[in-house]
Amino acid sequence: MSETDGRIEQALDHRDAAPGEERIEEHELAGGLAGYLLGFGLAILLTIASFLAAQTDLIYQPAVISALTVLAIAQMGVHLVFFLHITTGPDNTNNVLALAFGVLIVALVVLGSVWIMGHLNENMAGMTPHQAATMP
Amino acid sequence: MSDITAGRAPRDPYRLGRSHSHGLISATGHGEGGPASKFVTVAYGFWIFLLSDIIMFSAFFAAYAVLSKATADGPTGKDLFELTRVAAQTGLLLTSSFTGGLATLATHRRSMAAAQFWLLVTGLLGAAFLFLEVQEFATMVNEQAGPSRSAFLSAFFALVGCHGTHVGLGLLWLGTMMAQLWVKGFRPEILRRVHCFSLFWHALDIIWVAIFTLVYLLGVSS
Repeated sequence: MSETDGRIEQALDHRDAAPGEERIEEHELAGGLAGYLLGFGLAILLTIASFLAAQTDLIYQPAVISALTVLAIAQMGVHLVFFLHITTGPDNTNNVLALAFGVLIVALVVLGSVWIMGHLNENMAGMTPHQAATMP
Repeated sequence: MSDITAGRAPRDPYRLGRSHSHGLISATGHGEGGPASKFVTVAYGFWIFLLSDIIMFSAFFAAYAVLSKATADGPTGKDLFELTRVAAQTGLLLTSSFTGGLATLATHRRSMAAAQFWLLVTGLLGAAFLFLEVQEFATMVNEQAGPSRSAFLSAFFALVGCHGTHVGLGLLWLGTMMAQLWVKGFRPEILRRVHCFSLFWHALDIIWVAIFTLVYLLGVSS
């Protein structure tokens, strides 16, 4: 394909954005160099917050796991918006729908496994010392 | 438009033949503006691949979450993980993702020197990340805490090793992209590949966020 064809293709696609394409939002907050700097700064802040939450007593101990989960989800959101340029615009519907389906499957696999295996573990009879000793 | 095709335009209201002569079409890829451009379809296909890759990782995450307490009286995460190294790895990979973005911006400006420079920085940061990870694995294996020690360690090496393999393959791809960009220039197909690579690199960083939170921080704090 020649360079000209490429330019015509770009001109044709004003209403349809590829995942990660930034041309659409280059005049918005998440676009261009400012967008990458903003995303980088937010990601660093969230990372520091995660390490602080895990390493210090700032957060009530039993709540640390929730705090870490929330911070991780927030940081993934920052990456999606500022680095992968996923937006809520009409040109991004296909990308967002694929992402939503992926999130659904990931949630089913992870939460479902933890849930089911936790119950199995709880309801399993304990091993006798003899069984434990002869385990492979 | 040639004389032969001139009469066809009115009979092709949805531009299925993608006539180039009428300028902007309102909504490509939405069923009425004709097919989306190759750039969009290639990137979208790669987006689907990335999401399925993330689903594959979710199986490793589920296995790790289930087995993380199954240490078989061996070392736990608290004994093994060094958070300073993990913090350094996180910083390296995050900065690498950022410089990858700067490389993308440089390709938009069609600046070969800047694009090659930022791609090189991205690769060096990724290589430093991989070095730290290999160092960690080697230390653990030396301490009799290899993947065969317990179910917890099997799941740990599978999950973190799978991410490390992705980073390693990404580095090979990065080198290929630098060479192709250098030799062939800013051609549309090269730009599509560079774009897919940057999507891949950012997605790896998202997976690392989940790893450093669920594996390292939770492993050390609980």
